[in-house]
Amino acid sequence: MKELLAFLPILPEIALAVGAMGLLMFGAYGGERVVTTIQGLSVVLLIFAAVLAAMLPDSRFGTSFVVDEFARFLKVLAFLGSAVAIVMSLDYLAVEKQQKFEYPILILLSTVGMGMLISANDLIALYLGLELMSLALYVVAASNRDSIRSTEAGLKYFVLGALSSGMLLYGCSLIYGFTGTVSFEGIAEGSKHPGIGLIFGLVFLFAGLCFKVSAVPFHMWTPDVYEGAPTPVTAFFAAAPKIAGIAIFVRVAVGAFHEIVPQWQQIIVFVAIASMVLGAFAAIGQRNIKRLMAYSSIGHMGFALVGLASGTAVGVQGVLIYIAIYLAMTLGTFAVILAMRRNGEMVEEIGDLAGLSRSNPPLAFLLAILLFSLAGIPPLAGFFAKFYVFLAAIEAGLYTLAVIGVLASVVGAYYYLLIVKIMYFDEPVQAFQPMPGELKAVLGVTGLFNLLFFVYPAPLIEAASAAAKSLF
Amino acid sequence: MILSALFFYLFASICVASAFMVIAAKNPVHSVLFLILAFVNAAGLFVLLGAEFLAMILVVVYVGAVAVLFLFVVMMLDVDFAELRQGFLQYLPVGGLVGVIFLAELLLVVGSWAIGPGIPTTITAKIPTDIPNTQALGLVLYTRYVYYFEAAGVVLLVAMIGAIVLTLRHKPNVKRQNTSDQVARTKETAIEIRHVQPGQGL
Amino acid sequence: MVEFWWSYIWPLIVMVAQSLLLLVLLLITIAYILLADRKIWAAVQMRRGPNVVGPWGLLQSFADLLKFVLKEPTIPAGANKGVFLLAPLVTCTLALAAWAVIPVNAGWVIADINVGILYVFAISSLGVYGIIMAGWASNSKYPFLAALRSAAQMVSYEVSIGFVIITVLLCAGSLKLSAIVAAQNGAYGMFSWYWLPLLPMFVVFFVSALAETNRPPFDLVEAESELVAGFMVEYGSTPYMLFMLGEYVAIGTMCAMGTILFLGGWLPPFQVAPFTWVPGVIWFVLKAFFMFFLFAMAKAIVPRYRYDQLMRLGWKVFLPISLAMVVIVAAVLQFGGAVLK
Repeated sequence: MKELLAFLPILPEIALAVGAMGLLMFGAYGGERVVTTIQGLSVVLLIFAAVLAAMLPDSRFGTSFVVDEFARFLKVLAFLGSAVAIVMSLDYLAVEKQQKFEYPILILLSTVGMGMLISANDLIALYLGLELMSLALYVVAASNRDSIRSTEAGLKYFVLGALSSGMLLYGCSLIYGFTGTVSFEGIAEGSKHPGIGLIFGLVFLFAGLCFKVSAVPFHMWTPDVYEGAPTPVTAFFAAAPKIAGIAIFVRVAVGAFHEIVPQWQQIIVFVAIASMVLGAFAAIGQRNIKRLMAYSSIGHMGFALVGLASGTAVGVQGVLIYIAIYLAMTLGTFAVILAMRRNGEMVEEIGDLAGLSRSNPPLAFLLAILLFSLAGIPPLAGFFAKFYVFLAAIEAGLYTLAVIGVLASVVGAYYYLLIVKIMYFDEPVQAFQPMPGELKAVLGVTGLFNLLFFVYPAPLIEAASAAAKSLF
Repeated sequence: MILSALFFYLFASICVASAFMVIAAKNPVHSVLFLILAFVNAAGLFVLLGAEFLAMILVVVYVGAVAVLFLFVVMMLDVDFAELRQGFLQYLPVGGLVGVIFLAELLLVVGSWAIGPGIPTTITAKIPTDIPNTQALGLVLYTRYVYYFEAAGVVLLVAMIGAIVLTLRHKPNVKRQNTSDQVARTKETAIEIRHVQPGQGL
Repeated sequence: MVEFWWSYIWPLIVMVAQSLLLLVLLLITIAYILLADRKIWAAVQMRRGPNVVGPWGLLQSFADLLKFVLKEPTIPAGANKGVFLLAPLVTCTLALAAWAVIPVNAGWVIADINVGILYVFAISSLGVYGIIMAGWASNSKYPFLAALRSAAQMVSYEVSIGFVIITVLLCAGSLKLSAIVAAQNGAYGMFSWYWLPLLPMFVVFFVSALAETNRPPFDLVEAESELVAGFMVEYGSTPYMLFMLGEYVAIGTMCAMGTILFLGGWLPPFQVAPFTWVPGVIWFVLKAFFMFFLFAMAKAIVPRYRYDQLMRLGWKVFLPISLAMVVIVAAVLQFGGAVLK
């Protein structure tokens, strides 16, 4: 019995992996009839894993897997994000006749990868988690294999992802070569006297991680993949994997390289500025709302990295708050995008939202809330998210970064407000089909969260603060 | 020691030469065959290092299974490498320049930085001499490295599911053999006896 | 100089001499195994079989050898010459190389290496290259089809053979072939050999060995009714003979492997007086020949499989069975060890 207790730290991941395998067998023998059951069970399993992850005590599995406040906080977010992504896919897949039992199972396995990534405490665990997460993502991106756009998205993501994995591995091997260890503690020890080889490794490692969170200049895949992949898959891509990516970014930066903050600070500052600016300007010309959300997510990753650039506990707290609120905003917005169905066909143009305030006022109101929040207008949740990261940047003396960030968010506000204008002041076109219940629920919850966050922000902020402190 | 040195140079030189031929051979099938030769020689190098388990697994997995399927695909695809290489000379200057710059930068880095003197002692794990290396691998694979090992297994599972999801199509109207149906066939279900009246037919 | 002689040259001479002795004996045995194959086949069909060359046809194989060697080799104009000639050499050399680690009696082995069984497995998995290379290099339809078939077939059956070997390894606790034989030396004589405790695995191994060596009923690679002579269509003379030789040596290897893994190698059936007087090597040869007799009878009696049936058998029947057995055997050894002993 005592030996089994050693497995306690990885219990959520084991539960997910074993559950996924069980569901796989169930699906392989049950066939088409059990798809709905498998979708339901997957959601239950993810929620169960989130509860398990939240209850685990601080512990380690060997040297490569660590459970701390940071891991608990992000795992709960990632697991819930995946669960919501499955829930949001139910109606779409049923209507488009793309129901496959493998889809929720791949999401489960991808989530196992996220869990491993969030808790990774050495380079090998990092790489394995990253590959597990990404491999499942490549497959679900191409899951609508009869559509050229979807297969293109999957292939593009796969090829570029493989390239970024290569860079990441190259970086890892350099770091291993120059510090003699793969564990983050060992690297922190070895980087007290950093050589140029270590810095080279660091740059390659960060390049690989930037790709996973789609930060400029490694963002090229994002718009095409977001646009090409089936919409529920895009909703999934925009949420949970980003959390895991940011999580490992933060853990590597402040966990393994906290001795050489000035060395990586300039990289993160550059990446953050480039992402914010590109996200703001490139989104202006977009007509397709999925593509717009892709640029929006690039910009938001830039804002999140502003917090990391400060390299302090306050900064990490800002990142965590940002990513949690970003999750709510994105999932809500995608709930609306998934409901944009007219005459049985999905529509994706921004112009299709014209006059939504008259054809469906509640929907328009909630989407407006979410868009205002994405733009960062007080007193909505998105404002607090940006507030904390900029605060951290100013405290760390990164004034230029903070100023550019604020300017970028002003530019970004333009295209969010443009959508609001189209919804409220343009002539209405034909109304959308009624929204399925589960999307209504997701939209309602996220919309209200964004609207009322300022009333009682303490729980999230305290949890993020505790999580951030556990890394320092 | 002379003997193992001789074998080292034999394996190493064939390995490098055949690796070069992999990219230089005109015919893609020849490339794959040279790749296999390179694998086999790499296995020989492993044997010289005393890692006989790794050597055999390299041959069984890479040469015996992966390369067979690879060869299978290359034989079927009929790739015309000459055509693929047409733009080669055109892009050579630019590509070569980038490569040279990259190499120069790396050399500058490596040249200016001697690898930390303390590192070699920290990274070399003690090689157990009292047990065969198969056993030594087995002892750590499921204990110390169980996390990596199982995680790699899950990655492979995802790869397998992915390949099936993206390629398997259940075509209707395909005749499939059902052995139990065949066995369950009896005289009653298979033939029908009709008494045909002479001169009338059915 | 003296030291150089004793530490390098002398072991080398011994090794070469041992190898030559083994090769000669092996090739003579193969010659008679070939004859036995034809005689058994003939007997099942109530024919006499080869009976003209030498007394009872005993020199038939040597006559065939001379015939092949004296014929003119032909290379098709469109063939890829190098690979075309390399293919039979690869087949034959690899088949012979496997015998370097096979112990025919306690200590009677050229190299008793630690990973002997993996070595044999690796070498036999390379055997497919000869066929693929021949099929591709012939630049002709039937050989190419045969090459594709054989690649798929051998890869499929290797998987289950691998799992069978793992069950034996679990029981024996070693990858060394001599240690595997020694582990079968139990109190119940021939009933301690692994054929009885691992009976399902013995069956899977036997059938997979048939498929791995392209023997009937799995000789889809050279199915004369569909593919004329498969990958050997364009071959004649010595290269053809090398293929045949390689094929029969591989069969011999599989028989020897079956003997070592399941039939107790050189151990006598019972550890009592009349049996223990017979040298181990005789027991080994007798057991290996028994395995070969089964091979020959399968060829004579069983009709050829269809290709999809062959694939189905490999992936959908043998693979799950052998996987399940690995788990069962491991569980029994872990938890039921005390009960069994």
